[in-house]
Amino acid sequence: MSKIIASAAIRGAHKIATRVEKKYAEVLGKYGPEQEIGFTDTAYYLPIIYAMLGIPVKNLGDCQRVFHRARKLLPPPVHEKYHLPYLAPALDAGMATLFYEEIEEAIRYLEQPDFYLRGEEVTDANLWLGAANDVIMRKRGVEFVDGTAPGFAAVLGAAPDKETAAKIAQELQLKNLYVFMGAASNGKKFSEQLVEAGVQIGWNTRLVSFGPDVSACVFALGFASRAAMAFGGVTPGDFRKNLIYNKDRIFAFVLALGFVSDEWYANAAGAINYGFPVIADTPIPQVLPTGICTYEHVVSNIPHDQMVAKAIEVRGLKVTVTEVPIPLAYGPAFEGERVRGDDIHLECGGGRTQMVEFSVLKRMDEVEDGTIEIVGKDITDVPPGSKLPLAIYVDVAGRQMQEDFLPILERQIHHLVNYAQGLMHIGQRDIAWVRIAKQAVEKGFTLKHIGTILHAMYHKDFGKIVDKVQVTIYTEEQKVMEVLKEARATFKTRDARIAGLADESENTFYSCTLCQSFAPSHVCVVTPERTGLCGAYNWLDCKAAFEINPTGPNQPIEKGPVLEDRLGQWEGVSAFVKQASRGKVEVVSAYSILTNPMTSCGCFECIAAVLDKCNGVMTVDRDYRGETPCGMKFTTLAGSVGGGAVTPGFVGHSKHFIGSRKFIRAEGGIKRLVWMPKQLKEDLREKLNEQGKLLGIENMADKIADETIGITQEDILPFLKGKGHPALTMEPLV
Amino acid sequence: MAQKQDKDTGKEKAPEKLLSVCDATLHMIGKARKEGISTAFDRAESMKACPIGADGSCCKNCAMGPCRVPATKKGEEPDKVGVCGATPATIAARNFARMVAAGSSAHCDHARGVAAVFLLAAQGKIPGYGIKDVQKLLQLGMDFGLDVEKMTLQEIAIKVGELCAAEFGKQEGDLVFTRRAPLKRQELWRKNNLMPRGIDREIVDLMHRTHMGVDQDYQNLITQAGRVALVDGWGGSMIATELQDIMFGTPVPITGTINLGVLKQDEVNIIVHGHDPLIAEMVVVACQDPEMIALAKAQGAKGINLAGMCCTANEVLMRHGIPIAGNFLQQELAIITGVVDAMVVDVQCEMQSIHQVAECFHTEIITTSPKAKIEGATHIEFDEHDAINSAKKIVTAAIARFPKRKGKADIPRETSQMVVGFSHETINYLLGGSFRASYRPLNDNIIGGRIRGIAGVVGCNNARTVHDQSHLVLIKELIKNDVIVLTTGCSAMACGKAGLLTPEAAKYCGSGLAEVCEAVGIPPVLHMGSCVDNSRILIAASAVVKEGGLGDDISDLPAAGCAPEWMSEKAIAIGHYFVASGVYTIFGVTFPTTGSKVVTDYLFQELEEKWGGMWGFAKDPLEMARMMIAHIDKKRKALGIDKARERVLFDMAMRRELDAV
Repeated sequence: MSKIIASAAIRGAHKIATRVEKKYAEVLGKYGPEQEIGFTDTAYYLPIIYAMLGIPVKNLGDCQRVFHRARKLLPPPVHEKYHLPYLAPALDAGMATLFYEEIEEAIRYLEQPDFYLRGEEVTDANLWLGAANDVIMRKRGVEFVDGTAPGFAAVLGAAPDKETAAKIAQELQLKNLYVFMGAASNGKKFSEQLVEAGVQIGWNTRLVSFGPDVSACVFALGFASRAAMAFGGVTPGDFRKNLIYNKDRIFAFVLALGFVSDEWYANAAGAINYGFPVIADTPIPQVLPTGICTYEHVVSNIPHDQMVAKAIEVRGLKVTVTEVPIPLAYGPAFEGERVRGDDIHLECGGGRTQMVEFSVLKRMDEVEDGTIEIVGKDITDVPPGSKLPLAIYVDVAGRQMQEDFLPILERQIHHLVNYAQGLMHIGQRDIAWVRIAKQAVEKGFTLKHIGTILHAMYHKDFGKIVDKVQVTIYTEEQKVMEVLKEARATFKTRDARIAGLADESENTFYSCTLCQSFAPSHVCVVTPERTGLCGAYNWLDCKAAFEINPTGPNQPIEKGPVLEDRLGQWEGVSAFVKQASRGKVEVVSAYSILTNPMTSCGCFECIAAVLDKCNGVMTVDRDYRGETPCGMKFTTLAGSVGGGAVTPGFVGHSKHFIGSRKFIRAEGGIKRLVWMPKQLKEDLREKLNEQGKLLGIENMADKIADETIGITQEDILPFLKGKGHPALTMEPLV
Repeated sequence: MAQKQDKDTGKEKAPEKLLSVCDATLHMIGKARKEGISTAFDRAESMKACPIGADGSCCKNCAMGPCRVPATKKGEEPDKVGVCGATPATIAARNFARMVAAGSSAHCDHARGVAAVFLLAAQGKIPGYGIKDVQKLLQLGMDFGLDVEKMTLQEIAIKVGELCAAEFGKQEGDLVFTRRAPLKRQELWRKNNLMPRGIDREIVDLMHRTHMGVDQDYQNLITQAGRVALVDGWGGSMIATELQDIMFGTPVPITGTINLGVLKQDEVNIIVHGHDPLIAEMVVVACQDPEMIALAKAQGAKGINLAGMCCTANEVLMRHGIPIAGNFLQQELAIITGVVDAMVVDVQCEMQSIHQVAECFHTEIITTSPKAKIEGATHIEFDEHDAINSAKKIVTAAIARFPKRKGKADIPRETSQMVVGFSHETINYLLGGSFRASYRPLNDNIIGGRIRGIAGVVGCNNARTVHDQSHLVLIKELIKNDVIVLTTGCSAMACGKAGLLTPEAAKYCGSGLAEVCEAVGIPPVLHMGSCVDNSRILIAASAVVKEGGLGDDISDLPAAGCAPEWMSEKAIAIGHYFVASGVYTIFGVTFPTTGSKVVTDYLFQELEEKWGGMWGFAKDPLEMARMMIAHIDKKRKALGIDKARERVLFDMAMRRELDAV
């Protein structure tokens, strides 16, 4: 910390403290100490305060305890001569600032409930997204966990002009980073500049306009604090672990654009506590020695065209950028971008026309690598707003290639096409749907480039199994229908093959420790009948992933002799988990919720929990925000079982696993399932009934209660009795 | 007229400017000479040191001697032995060991007194003393294996007091604080017979061995001296520091003022001088007492000005911001200003001459310890059971002297500002704040090369070398080469007077160290306290090792120690515990074993292989710096941090490899 910076940060902290305490006194008088305050839909209260101090701020009265701590942290000003050491006081002032600002933002939520939007998307009337709710935090958090997003840039202020803003934003997107925006510089705001430049902002494009003020920093740092608690298993109040977790695992930094005020410095000092350095475009003093951050703390006077590269270097981040030879920006950050209405140049599939994506395995001599052929009209042959049928036909050949890997390659088409800026892709196989924006066409994009993308990315991501890729793109109705026919026949065979996979018939399971970057003791064991709890990795995926990267996070596990058949315990599995969890977990059961259930990282799609009064089990998925009969919302449940912990009575799992024969088989399987959110039940109705039938129960789905029946055990019990739910007559669960 | 000739030798006196680099000191030496007052500066010139004694070649341990076995002119081992046959090596080692014993005794007896008062305070028997640092009390409780969660604070305090007191008379088992050292160091101590047992036991053991006709193997003697030194560093000194911190507060950074200019013409000036804060703490309270201030005013003074000298000064400076009048060689000079109404002394480093000098003025010398009386001085024994009244009695006596001032007062103008109070706990906090406190930034910057290494520069003044000069030349050279300096005792005061204890001193630093100082807001030279507080340096060094990345023992650190102007036996004890803790330690002026090349080679070379640390000697401070930096570079090379570090960029796979925090 330089003296100038420390002095300014301390001054800024005092200004903010005075302002917030004044405001607080005012609202306290108006609403009283019992008035509830907080951010929306979160189990983490005011997350920075909760993470650092362990204080759950539920109402205005609770703020007193926080102020008491924050005031003690506020240091006296730095003397001009013979000053006392200032680094530590400035860092403390930074933390106090964050506590004060979190309360200030919570007061704003109280006084102006509509100031911030509640979802992921901005509107024409309002750009400010405010604090991410837990659904967003977990969904996006998964990307931090699996590496799709290595970190975030907190952008303060504004660029000199909208073009520069757009350029910086795109550069950050190309590095797969999230961009969290707040504060204004000379009355200009980075997020507004992006909108003016025609850039889509919102969570979907990773350009997150948190708020108009510098206090929006607390939304970014609150996100980081929550990630440590949700995925890293860090307990609230364990500030040291939380901050070191962030320093080591969340690759975030601050880009300060424009004049750095005292208040900015105060916030920057707060960020430095997390190990997040500051890169400024103005000539402020630098702080180069290492220590709190991995490398430099403040680097300044960086030209705009070098800022992103500099920030990444200073943060110590390695980003592998994919160069795909197409005229569009390309990367995961563009995956969530929408193409709508007048912007559409060409639309294929989605019920308007037929679309199909299909890949086939060929002999090496049958494929000419890199050949891309268009059969039918190209995009340049049709006017804006057109529709065409489309078949994407991919021939692959490779010495390590197996028939089983084809569905994996095929499923990638969705992401890979979506990564291109100006392309929107939904679905897969014969229900795929693509929209191509006018802006993409203007930049020179043609249908041929879809082939270019697949060729480049298959080689990059699957180079170990794929040697040759050849793509044919059909837009002729008749050709498309021919491909569709061939594809549908193959899909049927493939589905039968997957349905036939059983844990008993395979000797090798796979591990998935992808999440260990965030939950160091978590190990997923993926079996043919049990997908990873995130739902993203099934047994075949893991098998292919191992072929592709033999030292990667998916390792084969020789399951070895059965220890407990009912529970799903194998000697080899437990031995592997013990080693891979660094000794934290000794035994796991694949099929039990009560006895040695598998660990949960935090990115599970669903959590199952025992309901003792109903003698059954409930499950809830992360899209359901309401209360559940176990007394906790998804997010609270997730908070208590995530982070690589083993919690008997609770287990994380994928949606898909509910329809498996092995779902909590040790406790009686699907017959124990007494409650789930209605939407999830409808999505899985067919599977539920199918599994019920195997166990001799007709119409299983209708016997399961949901939130329309009740959200307490007492409320759903009469329903279960009325429906004759099998769980009620089973042996006692606990 | 100033006396130009020495009255004993008749020789021309050295020009004043060759005696000190401190202007206030030079000014006062001038006044002393003018007024015919004898000071240590003049006596050091008129009385040459005995060369045989200085080299450790004189044995007077029995009445068949004293036997003299000086080295040959070429510095070779003489072929003479003592009457009993004691070799020059045995004689030098025995003399050296006895210095260590005396020095350790001083610190340990000080600690025993602190422990006794601490226990009384814990029992609630002595009003005025209490517990200020609860955190540290709990830490000590845990160090002593107490189940602190099940005990009240008072129970913990009493138990800690009893256990600390028990360390002195312990017959079996290791000293408890040795467990704070890195594990590898503890193993080394065990392997080399260095692991200290009870404090008194080790000292008695050594006094026995050095009696005529007992231990006559110089290596065995040096080993036991090592064990005795360790009961000082990891025993007595550490107990004193820790208990003083609990009772009076662990120092935190604070600004202070130093040099004779802090004395005030129109106020009652009281100087607390010595090493023991137990008394001074109470004098601080008494001086702020309205009753005392009124008394002073009644005598025509504007108030009471308390100042410190020697390590008592460091103690009350760090905890209360009380100004320092000067270091060891300025004690007579303070009186010569004519405005010191009382000099209150406790124990250690009080020259008997202060009474002789005081005779020329109105100053009252007040002794307070039953262990440290001075013939002719006023003795007001300090009674800890009635501490505040003891202190008031002392202050009252001082006030009574104020109207008796005679002659023209002459207060030098010099004062310097300083930032002090860098305890281990404070450094830990300063490097990361309340939420990220750790030594990581220090280690990181050492590994990265901004900081080349760590030096401890400590110790006394010595009238046989230019006052303060070696401290300052050495320290400036070190910081110029990016070596951060930890300092205590009179060395710290020399730095304070020269402005090195301010953040502004970064201008003397190399660019790397300057950047770190600017980042943290610290001076390049950190004042860690009094000479018992050298134990803080041991704790800090252990903390650096534990933080990781710089080896697994103190001896792996790129660090070195030095006492360039040492004079007391305590300094030898401190030096030897640093060596036994794995630190390369250099002394200046003279070295007390040079009469035996065998012993000196053992201390200066062979010891490193056994203990990881060794002694060194140089007269020239630049040479000292060169030796220390060469050693630091040697350690950097061994650690593999002598080359620029590559910036490591992390991808997800590398993040997965990280261990959970």
